[in-house]
Amino acid sequence: MKAVRLRVALTSALAIFLASAPGQTQAGAQDAPATAGATEAKFEYCTTCHGPSAQGFRGFYTMPRLAGQQPQYIENQLRAFLERRRLNPVMANVAHGIAPEMIPALVARMSALNPPPFGGAPNGDIALGKEIYTNGLPDQNVPACSACHGPDAKGQREIPRLAGQLYWYMVFTLSIWSTERGQGGRQDISWIMRPTVANLTPKQVEALAEYVSALR
Amino acid sequence: MKRFRTKMAILAISLTTAGPLLADDLAVRNCTWCHGTAAQGYSKAPRLAGQREDYLINQLQAFATHKRDEFLSTKYMWYAAANLDSSSVHNLAAFLSALPPEAAKDGDSELVAEGRTIFENGVPDENIAACQACHGPKAQGVREIPRLGGLSYTYLERRLEQWGQGHDAWGTPMPKVARSLSPNQIAALASYLSFVEGESSEK
Repeated sequence: MKAVRLRVALTSALAIFLASAPGQTQAGAQDAPATAGATEAKFEYCTTCHGPSAQGFRGFYTMPRLAGQQPQYIENQLRAFLERRRLNPVMANVAHGIAPEMIPALVARMSALNPPPFGGAPNGDIALGKEIYTNGLPDQNVPACSACHGPDAKGQREIPRLAGQLYWYMVFTLSIWSTERGQGGRQDISWIMRPTVANLTPKQVEALAEYVSALR
Repeated sequence: MKRFRTKMAILAISLTTAGPLLADDLAVRNCTWCHGTAAQGYSKAPRLAGQREDYLINQLQAFATHKRDEFLSTKYMWYAAANLDSSSVHNLAAFLSALPPEAAKDGDSELVAEGRTIFENGVPDENIAACQACHGPKAQGVREIPRLGGLSYTYLERRLEQWGQGHDAWGTPMPKVARSLSPNQIAALASYLSFVEGESSEK
């Protein structure tokens, strides 16, 4: 069975590689080297949940936008799932299924995509969101988001792009920050967000989420 | 067939839809003829009881506009939905979604464990996504994403096969998901889901 699957995987991977066309294979991380076909199949797999253009998708859980995301952020998060610095059972399994040699090509594809924002955020206090993003809340010990995530919210290196991120993902991930992220302690870059998240009220989080979700 | 279509059309036109529906109302009886007297599903017609309200609305609209195009939909539901006005659609969806769903439990109990693993984790090495990411950890569904828990084995199996054949391929990842599943994996998933219990009220 294993041998058959391997043969099928290699054959289909080769066929797709030769045709240089997108498609599906059964190639897996353990079964095949990181051929173009296997990487393409893995990319298709990512977009099953994260949206055809990686613009994000709203399922029972909201799958974040990966399009235009910083390559080093995605790489670091994939490692964080494996190393349990970030606790997410579904993504831990997914990360185990990605061969390390595929990651640079996968991440490059995601980063190069630029679909419009998913949209759909409820109308709230977007002006408040912009104010917090740009200037922070000095009285609440909340620094300006723009200081690290950039004035255009595109992020840098391991600091994620927030522009166009889905409203519901932003609200959810900020609401569970300290139980999911930064489990590796201070050496995990997500640790730095803990006090900031704790100092934001739910209404402020919603305003921020609305603001960044509309940015291109 | 022709007479059936005419009858469905006449019934649909004659619906009056003021206020909440009752089980005896013509609109509901029109559904329960095929979907079972308590809307728990019957033979090839899926259970509607406890299904997500937004999903029922979305699907009735998809039948009426012929976007949902697999065999039994084209044969029955296109006509059943053709003359439902917007308030009838909303009233039916509200009524049916509030009924308590019963699990069909008609799958193979020996495949339940494998099906559950696929549902919860997917098969990352085979690029099969985890179902629960969209359908929820209890297969309860949300908004326009259907509840799968307790639907019948026959319905679930057939739908996954139809998705894989490219039917009904509008705006959802399901064709892509179904294409990646083997017949054995479909049997395992349909078996597991047929045993999953749920409450119409849970989110």
